Amino acid sequence: MTPLLAVVFTLAGLGATAVVTTRQPSRQVVMLSIYGLVLAVLFFVVQQPDVALSQFTVGAVVLPIVVMLTLRKVSGNRPEDGGGP
Amino acid sequence: MTARQRQVVFLVAMAGLAALYLAAIGGLPGFGHYPGAYGDVVDSVGVAARKATDVVTAVNFDIRGFDTLGEEFILFAAATGVSVVLRALREEREAPAPVEEAARRRERSRNAAVRVACMCSVGPTVVVGWNIVSHGQVNPGGGFQGGVILATAVLLVYLGGQFLTFRRISPADLLDAAEGAGAAGFALIGVGALAVGSAYLANVLPLGPSRGVVDSSGTIALISFVVGVEVAASMLVIVSELLEQTLLVKP
Repeated sequence: MTPLLAVVFTLAGLGATAVVTTRQPSRQVVMLSIYGLVLAVLFFVVQQPDVALSQFTVGAVVLPIVVMLTLRKVSGNRPEDGGGP
Repeated sequence: MTARQRQVVFLVAMAGLAALYLAAIGGLPGFGHYPGAYGDVVDSVGVAARKATDVVTAVNFDIRGFDTLGEEFILFAAATGVSVVLRALREEREAPAPVEEAARRRERSRNAAVRVACMCSVGPTVVVGWNIVSHGQVNPGGGFQGGVILATAVLLVYLGGQFLTFRRISPADLLDAAEGAGAAGFALIGVGALAVGSAYLANVLPLGPSRGVVDSSGTIALISFVVGVEVAASMLVIVSELLEQTLLVKP
């Protein structure tokens, strides 16, 4: 294992831990996006650019957008709903 | 069960899991040592056999094309499912004036730098997306990755605060048609191979004069293109359904 790989693996471990330990969902989404980016770099370092590109587009872009919009729906309309759950 | 008992159960279970996990890791092949024969065979003959310099795309869209067809329909079914689950229910109505809300939104994000950056990125993103879709057989990437990038180009318009423009350039009818045409295109390319007396999804088109050029690799390039259309449309269907949800209010 090269030093570069060791660094990226460590970053991936730290990123995953950061996602789990972030409690506020909106911040968690941003952490998830950053973690997705780290994973994309990891895949690139192990010489798999195709998977890295998939990971980059889905994990770092689309997934956070979908979660963000869902959070917005869940929390944003609550006052208009008359205090429903 | 008290908190203390729960902790004990957790620790015992964790110890067991850790022991099994470490034992399992010990049994794995060494890092970077691929034990199977199939990958090495594809690596050595893939480029020559398909004239596609990106063997991963050749594997995805040709050598195991049938699996990819199934995977593509997972996304198709997911987008369809989101549309069905998030349909406007009888008691729901659109917020009184989505236009007004969109206008307000535009005002809220008056930050000119964000808008200019988004608008300036749209064109290059479209170019990169189409480039990756159409060069899947030559370079890393392909229909799936390029399709997602194409979808993000449209999302950039929304991010720049132009919600109404976002709706105008991605109308639901067009998205549905593109999604269906893309998914059907993949399946029909397979049927086309049957029609000329070959196996389903066999690469029956001429492979082209030389490797590493865009018009090489036969059906691989074609499938990459239809997958790109399907993925871009599916992603946009999912995101715009969710966006419209934020405009719906329950009675």
